[in-house]
Amino acid sequence: MAGSRPGGRRGAPPESSTTQVPTPTPDPGDGGRFVFRTRVLSAADLRRAHTRIAHEIVERNHGPAGLVLVGLHTRGPAIAARIAAAIASFEDVEVPVGSLDVAFYRDDIGRRPVAPAGPTEIPVDVTDRVVVIVDDVLQTGRTARAALDALTELGRPRAVQLAVLVDRGHRELPIRADYVGKNLPTGYAEDVRVRLTDTDGVEDGIELWGPAGDDYADADADDGPGPVGDPPGGDAGDGNGGPR
Amino acid sequence: MNHLLSIDDLDRAALDELHALAESFLEVTGREIPKVPALRGKVVVSLFYEDSTRTRLSFETAAKRLSADVMTFAVGSSSVKKGESLRDTIQTIAAMGIDAVVVRHPSAGAAHQLARWVDASVVNAGDGRHEHPTQALLDTLTIRRHRGPAIDGLRVAIVGDVRNSRVARSDVKALALLGAEVTLVAPDTLLPPSLAGWPCTATHDLESVLGDVDVLMLLRIQRERAAEASFPSLREFTARWGLTVDRAARLAPGTLVMHPGPMNRGVEIAPEVADGPRSLIAEQVHNGVAIRMAVLWKLLSGGSGGGMVA
Repeated sequence: MAGSRPGGRRGAPPESSTTQVPTPTPDPGDGGRFVFRTRVLSAADLRRAHTRIAHEIVERNHGPAGLVLVGLHTRGPAIAARIAAAIASFEDVEVPVGSLDVAFYRDDIGRRPVAPAGPTEIPVDVTDRVVVIVDDVLQTGRTARAALDALTELGRPRAVQLAVLVDRGHRELPIRADYVGKNLPTGYAEDVRVRLTDTDGVEDGIELWGPAGDDYADADADDGPGPVGDPPGGDAGDGNGGPR
Repeated sequence: MNHLLSIDDLDRAALDELHALAESFLEVTGREIPKVPALRGKVVVSLFYEDSTRTRLSFETAAKRLSADVMTFAVGSSSVKKGESLRDTIQTIAAMGIDAVVVRHPSAGAAHQLARWVDASVVNAGDGRHEHPTQALLDTLTIRRHRGPAIDGLRVAIVGDVRNSRVARSDVKALALLGAEVTLVAPDTLLPPSLAGWPCTATHDLESVLGDVDVLMLLRIQRERAAEASFPSLREFTARWGLTVDRAARLAPGTLVMHPGPMNRGVEIAPEVADGPRSLIAEQVHNGVAIRMAVLWKLLSGGSGGGMVA
């Protein structure tokens, strides 16, 4: 499946690309619809993002007591485990980590194939705890909504917060993240791919992929992986982030 | 997958997928609120032309735990009593707007016939002596939960009224799909007239297999299908093919004992064995709800296209 990827198309990124590690990871399952454009975060960047989010979570909640990190399949549990490890390194406390599958709570059942991606296992009762939902990419907000429903059936948390590695905009629901690794304005047709050694078997990183055969008229999504000040707008569907 | 009419509808990958889904649903059924909103708004009809306790309740429980609406059709109090045909009955029900029909019928092929008449998904919950695919799915799931996912080479004996048993037919196919070695054990009169097309062997001698099987699956003597005409007396059947306390003691350690229910206690299985530590009978019923959730989910949750959603 990986062999079908047309590697030659990655000449497409425009001149402003600041890609340091131009090693697109062949990705199964998209039928060659996407081509690699740029690496947005390196493994070191990701590690720093995990560490910062860990600090923010502990700071916001006045310490790690009563916290539980719940990762959404498929990559959430691995990210949650890294954040928990970071917290353990400076607070000397093991924050419980769980996993949650939201397939049965999605609102697009029947519109596309939906399959559970892993077990739901939360080692503690979520009731009266602060639950931090952890996922890789926040886009429409529909996965987060499904996660809220799934969580509600497991108990009544004191509060629920959301941590994501990438917020790429295009929200379709009134949901925002409390902790964000990187705000990444993207075109609607683009694809953000998070790679983790635990789940993908390749070096950690976050990559931006674009539609194959597209010359990128919406080039302002390609301002490169530099820091972005404000969060992407909720301008779903119009193709890109627009002026900000 | 639009229907589940026979184990023949499944290949190894589909069977594995259903078992993996069932594991997810086992986790759901273990929760304080064992219910998910997955099939909200879907309508599942249970259409049982034969008596049933566990299969009907199991399917209805499964549908309700997926938040589907359930219509129960009781043949005894329906227009079937006035002579309405199966075709008219199903078309009437379908006209009310349904998504799935779970059907049990005394005639082999009834579920296949229904699938040609309605747009809804049809699940065969037993058609005559033909097939009972969800029973085979739950039996193999139960075995895999005890013996690990790879059961190729596992030795399974299916004992008793094979000829009248749709469970045996489906179980043999499902076990063969997973690579298990199946032996049928029954008197000649209770074996199928020909084993052509059955991926298994057969013997008349229960004693000879007792010591070297990993799983012993017992079948109910189907008294409603006149199975008793096939041997001199129930007592004689029990003496030669029943799992008595004495025989159970000679099973290899770790041998699993299964029965699809309902049991004729004291005929094909001694009560002490049915309630004993080797018996997985209650667990089979428990797993049955999860496997039926998996089947209904697989049939009714499908969408077309492969959109990507982050």
